[in-house]
Amino acid sequence: MRTLPPMTQKPQTPLTARLVTALGASLVLAACATTMPPAATPPAPTSAPAAATAPAVAASPTTPALAAAAATPATGATPATAATPDAGRGGGRGQREPPPPVPPVPSVMPTPVTPIVSGTAPSPDPRVGLKAGYWDAAQAAWNMRLVSNSPPPVGYRGITNSDLAFSGHYAIQGNYNGILFWDISNPAKPVLAKSYECPASQNDVSVYRNLLFVSSEGTNARLDCGTQGVPDPISKERIRGIRIFDISSITDPKYVGNVQTCRGSHTHTVVTDPADTDNVYIYVSGSSRVRSEEELPGCTDGPIDDPNSARFRLEVIKVPLAAPQNAAIVTSPRIFNDLAPPPRRPNPAPAGGAGRAGGAAAAGAAAAGGTVAAGATAGRAGGAAAAGRGAAAGGRGTPTGPNQCHDITTYMDSGMAGGACGGYGLLLDIREATHPTRMDAAADINMSYWHSATFSNDGTKVLFSDEWGGGSSPRCRETDRLEWGANAIFTIERGKLVFHSYYKMPAPQTELENCVAHNGSLLPVPGRDIMVQGFYQGGITVFDWTDPKKPFEMAFFDRGPLDATRMISAGSWSVYWYNGMIVSSEISRGLDIYELVPTPLLSQNEIDAAKTVNSNFVNVQQQTKIVWPPSFALAKAYVDQLERAGGLSAANLASTRSALTRAEGQTGAARATALQALGTSLSGMASGSSDQAKVGLLVAAVNDLAAQR
Amino acid sequence: MRKSCVALCATGVLVTGLAAGCGAASPPVTPAASPTAVQSTATPELVARPELVRQPYSPDDVAFMAGMIPHHAQALIMTGWAPSHGASQALQLMCERMRISQTDEIKFMRTWLLDRGQFVPAADATHMKMERDGMTHEMLMPGMLNEAEMAALDKARGREFDRLFLQGMIKHHGGAITMVEDLYKAYGAMQDDFVYLFVSDVFADQSVEIERMQEMLAALGGGTK
Repeated sequence: MRTLPPMTQKPQTPLTARLVTALGASLVLAACATTMPPAATPPAPTSAPAAATAPAVAASPTTPALAAAAATPATGATPATAATPDAGRGGGRGQREPPPPVPPVPSVMPTPVTPIVSGTAPSPDPRVGLKAGYWDAAQAAWNMRLVSNSPPPVGYRGITNSDLAFSGHYAIQGNYNGILFWDISNPAKPVLAKSYECPASQNDVSVYRNLLFVSSEGTNARLDCGTQGVPDPISKERIRGIRIFDISSITDPKYVGNVQTCRGSHTHTVVTDPADTDNVYIYVSGSSRVRSEEELPGCTDGPIDDPNSARFRLEVIKVPLAAPQNAAIVTSPRIFNDLAPPPRRPNPAPAGGAGRAGGAAAAGAAAAGGTVAAGATAGRAGGAAAAGRGAAAGGRGTPTGPNQCHDITTYMDSGMAGGACGGYGLLLDIREATHPTRMDAAADINMSYWHSATFSNDGTKVLFSDEWGGGSSPRCRETDRLEWGANAIFTIERGKLVFHSYYKMPAPQTELENCVAHNGSLLPVPGRDIMVQGFYQGGITVFDWTDPKKPFEMAFFDRGPLDATRMISAGSWSVYWYNGMIVSSEISRGLDIYELVPTPLLSQNEIDAAKTVNSNFVNVQQQTKIVWPPSFALAKAYVDQLERAGGLSAANLASTRSALTRAEGQTGAARATALQALGTSLSGMASGSSDQAKVGLLVAAVNDLAAQR
Repeated sequence: MRKSCVALCATGVLVTGLAAGCGAASPPVTPAASPTAVQSTATPELVARPELVRQPYSPDDVAFMAGMIPHHAQALIMTGWAPSHGASQALQLMCERMRISQTDEIKFMRTWLLDRGQFVPAADATHMKMERDGMTHEMLMPGMLNEAEMAALDKARGREFDRLFLQGMIKHHGGAITMVEDLYKAYGAMQDDFVYLFVSDVFADQSVEIERMQEMLAALGGGTK
């Protein structure tokens, strides 16, 4: 989900003055309250998460109890006061007791569905027609299994769960009301280690060693983590930027500081500079309005030729590891300068027309003409202002091209970053972390809103997702095109983006399910590009994009709608691989953990090899090169892949497997000798293989094993 | 101390005027003479779910939603003409996407208002109706096309339709962005995460669409004939 607008600073008649007047007959301004200035406590009527108190209070608008009700911390999702029906509310629809906003969590969660396991997609698709339910929605699973579902704790229920980061055996989950720390040592039974109340949207989280970084963008977020909101349009109480916590003790996070930015932080990305081990950097993304200088000095909302404009730039924060409280913006690279609008070819008339034809997963390269890359390289930070586009584009509030990114994924191992920046996808050179420059930009007639990026492990491909509709709309209906709200897959050729295909979770969803491409990560399956991705209530899809022209689905999990009559936001915000687990932040239902099931599409050896990769911490937007330690699983995974692709003869496959099994049963010098012999033998087979590269990977894996002590 | 008027309101549809004592952030409003002349409240397809209201909201939030519905409704009329008025394929595609987006958004706004016990404009209302000094006024929200502009667009075909549509919709979207900007300046607005998210989405989608329309208009030979 996402972003905010720029705002001009022209004095204005308050909207209230104009529109309340206009709406005189229909607006009801029933609750006027005398409040203390924002700093005062108890908090005024704008208490943010005073769950469900607003309508109840409204029944007696002049009651001073208003403030008291609002001052109650949001520790209960269903305060008793909320049950008071308001006869006038809802257009006079009777006096029924409203159901609680979040049904009680059952004492025993429903048993997860047994997955269908097969090498071909099940038909009819079991994701279609699933029964709705908050905790007991029907489930469909193919080639993956739900291991556990942990509902959010009281106080965080019914409030959006957002992104995930991982540190040690903890999953750290953002929630619009704070941060949740889950101990996932036992994936079957995660334990909530700590909840830290500190409201903000989106509360996207990242970690680096003992530090936790949290994004704040929504206008109601307070510096002091209070729940009462910030009603003043200009206020020193507000935080829009990055909060920094010390989580040396994860059960006792310490709020050590923050960095305010002109446009807030919708998301952010941790960046490390290999040459600078004393600091860590943060790229701040957020296309929100530029704040008033009164609220944050130095913020100006100018056009692209204004070198001081807070638009058209990326904020880079430097965090001194020894003194994180001194974190500050160090550079503001103008990565959008000289970005000419790339020409878009007319849509190449998708043969299927609107909607889906037969549920094919990939919309395919047939529509490839939709993307055109724009060259042009931006100058370094602080360089001369661009003369071209933008300045001339007229009209108050008229955007003049992309001026901020929604999200950035860095891949320092390749020295690149993928910037998903509204109407454009950007490829950035980040070899100098504080001075990223633009390598290329792409636009695409089918991409509505470039949302996030994922690189292939070898850095030759990048996948951009399109969050058409912002994640709060049902965009996977039978009538919604498969190339809209999808992923677009590109190869990177000599620094340029080349489009190949689209991929969207293929099962049609209902009107009641918000659904569009969202956050995911690579699975560390060697020799292939496999990704797991959340589509909100469209569920989780696992797909192979090794061939950028032919992505295909290989596993999925889906639930029925959260609610049987109303689209209420839910589903997988983010789903990421972490140390052998697939962990999903379910917007309403909490934390889900999944595991893969071996199938003809993915062998046990491939899964085992993936599980050999372990990290101390993971921020998915800070992508790092996956390196597989030597293991028999790794070698066997390559053998399985050679078999699947017909890359070795049956006889060679059999002899290789038996040699590996024999060597695994040996130790010391005997094992090393056997593996060396196998390596030599495989090298001889390479020339006769249709997949010499894969045989080369196998040889390297066997030789690495042989060299292991 | 300051007076504030934050609408923890929603006592009903037919209340007229404002409670006394509201401060400068919400200036006094002339009570409407007749609340009955406003648009239909019939919402047969929607059912209020007041229990889902979690956070406070302000009169400006309500006004924004109520005003954006007719704003979107006019966009639906305009986009609906694309197939019958010989729009180019690229524009038809864009119109299809706008139609889907804005139809969903109208539903969201009506639902948001309904849950809060607010007046719900009809999904196809293209004017904001208001009562003032005993008269009913119909007003257009910022950026909306007036009757003559709509008639000209309806008459146009082919390339001329493309040109008028792009000019009109750039202005129309610009008006939506003006409404968003104004909401940012309003005391007590956007404290409800639903409002913040919705407003952000409107802004994001329409900004990107303006960029695209500017490109398409430039490809037609600029903004003038």
